[in-house]
Amino acid sequence: MNTEQPQSDQPCCQQQQRRTFLTRLSVGLSALIGLIITLPGIGFVLAPVFRKPKQQWRTVGKLEDFKEGGFVLVQYEDPSPVVWSGVTAKAGAWIRRISDSEFIAFSINCRHLGCPVRWVEDPRLFMCPCHGGVYYEDGTVAAGPPPEPLDRLQVRVRDGKVEIETAPTPLTLTKLT
Amino acid sequence: MRDNFLTRTWNWIDNRIGFSDYIVPLMVHLVPDNARWWYIFGSATLCAFVVQVLTGISLAMSYVPGGENTYESLVYITNTAPLGSLVRGMHYYGASAMVMLAVIHMVQVYMHATYKYPREMNWMSGVVLLFVVLGMAFTGQLLRWDANGVWSVTVAAEMAGRTPIIGPTLAHFILGGETVGGSTITRFFAMHVFIMPALIFAGIGLHMLLIMRHGISEMPDVNEPVDPETYKEEYEKRIHKTGVPFWPDAMWRDMIFSTIIVVVILGCSLFLGPPALDPPPNPSSINANPLPDWYFLWYFAVLSLLPPQLETWVILGVPVLGFLGLFFLPMISNKGHRAPSKRPWAGFTVIFGFVAFLVLTIYGYKKPWSPDFGVKELPASIVGTDQGPLAEGAKLMHIKGCLYCHDIGGYGGHRGPELTEIGKLLTRDDLIIRINNGGHNMPAFASSISDQELQLIVDFLLTRGVMHEDNSETTSTP
Ligand code: FES
Repeated sequence: MNTEQPQSDQPCCQQQQRRTFLTRLSVGLSALIGLIITLPGIGFVLAPVFRKPKQQWRTVGKLEDFKEGGFVLVQYEDPSPVVWSGVTAKAGAWIRRISDSEFIAFSINCRHLGCPVRWVEDPRLFMCPCHGGVYYEDGTVAAGPPPEPLDRLQVRVRDGKVEIETAPTPLTLTKLT
Repeated sequence: MRDNFLTRTWNWIDNRIGFSDYIVPLMVHLVPDNARWWYIFGSATLCAFVVQVLTGISLAMSYVPGGENTYESLVYITNTAPLGSLVRGMHYYGASAMVMLAVIHMVQVYMHATYKYPREMNWMSGVVLLFVVLGMAFTGQLLRWDANGVWSVTVAAEMAGRTPIIGPTLAHFILGGETVGGSTITRFFAMHVFIMPALIFAGIGLHMLLIMRHGISEMPDVNEPVDPETYKEEYEKRIHKTGVPFWPDAMWRDMIFSTIIVVVILGCSLFLGPPALDPPPNPSSINANPLPDWYFLWYFAVLSLLPPQLETWVILGVPVLGFLGLFFLPMISNKGHRAPSKRPWAGFTVIFGFVAFLVLTIYGYKKPWSPDFGVKELPASIVGTDQGPLAEGAKLMHIKGCLYCHDIGGYGGHRGPELTEIGKLLTRDDLIIRINNGGHNMPAFASSISDQELQLIVDFLLTRGVMHEDNSETTSTP
């Protein structure tokens, strides 16, 4: 590698100024190129974080399909599926008919770390397979590490059909107080 | 004539690319002659990485990173594609090898205190590499996009969601939206295939550069503690006197060990096969049993065993403090003794870490804290009879889910205390109160159990540990 400096006739401080200017120019332009290349990409990658999809009412069955009693698992599509999602766009909920027109539904996500809870009919409990979280049928915590009750989902009956309002995956947040 | 032509061609190429000028000096650089088999782990980690790159590229030729088709492509690779199962298996066992070797390499460097002056940055770049390798292992597990993958990513998002203030932003960044969906796996594909490998390539480049700059360290010597004032000069003197060229005097050992590693990876893939796929990645399916791959089982166990008040801080603190602690280790002590005999706490730390890892991994694998949903009914041999109220009580133990968490005579989960001898320990009133009101980590059953059912269960439990003795008395009395 040839790293020898070429001799120059210019007075030394003039040359020094020129070099300082050229250094700054190159660094500045590199930064500009970097910004132009990365900003659109960063925006693209972060967009889903800030896009709040409008929640939707999804039909989960006919009114007469639901008998009063225990919870049943229903599946519906999340509010913003992309065309290639297929089965990964599904969301699940536990729903129970309490009376003629009254329903109660919970997200299947455990409030500890999100695993899918199972309804166990006879003891009338929700149990989580991950770290042993247990919930009563009203969603409150019965045992184990979950810090919060199961997430309630909105249910309504329209034209003889039962509908659930989609919701984000419930997150258990840390409050700094 | 032919020889001459080949020599001339090579000389021409060598002259233009400078192989003899730049690469040969690197290959024959002097290394200490006393290191022998201790230093084979770093090169073997690199070799495992090469396995990962090659098998990874092959898999990417058929892998479809998007929604449902991902799973279908995995099924195709595993069951239909020629050699698909073998390549997938090699990628899986190669990942295990890489994680294992990286850790062994780090333990060796730590035990020999090679991170001390002037090799602090060698260590720091190695720590960054280790964490990226763990990131590769995690994202790789998710690319096996089945039910387990869906729930692993949900758990990861929930963990990130615990971060104060920016938790939800991080969680939604991980999921690619507010729920798991079509956009989730594509993000992990980009991380696993582009971002992290690029970081590893860059990291390995820096790591190698630093090895060339500071030389391979010698084996620790109790009589030669590191003194930054004189170390470099003395090292140069010694290495010129006793060092041997890396190629071929030292490298053959690396080659033998790397060959063993590659053969083991191939053998595991051939004989054990790639990990089985769980059911498809349907986030609404509840029949999943989410479990991380073996390298994260210990962390899974930690999360299950912690008291809830500490949990968030451990979830967030272990990765961050773990990284910072390791990264800045050379800043805490970069001179003095390197010999393990003079640093007993280093040995204790490694032994403690290893034992903790092993115990927690076994725990994570057994999951004693999880209800055992698959438990069978108590057999007559345990109950003592197959009819009457006792048998009914035993049946109710199963129906009401008591056995999910309590073990009786080897039947049942381990979430709650074993009840094999409970008849000796608690009275009727104790049992009724406990079942009705629940207690530490036990739900209250008052609202889901009738009086009659409660009586049957309590009657049955009161015979546990007692009846057995009665029986033996009866049998021993003529
Ligand atoms: S995720 Fe349910 S108990 Fe941990």
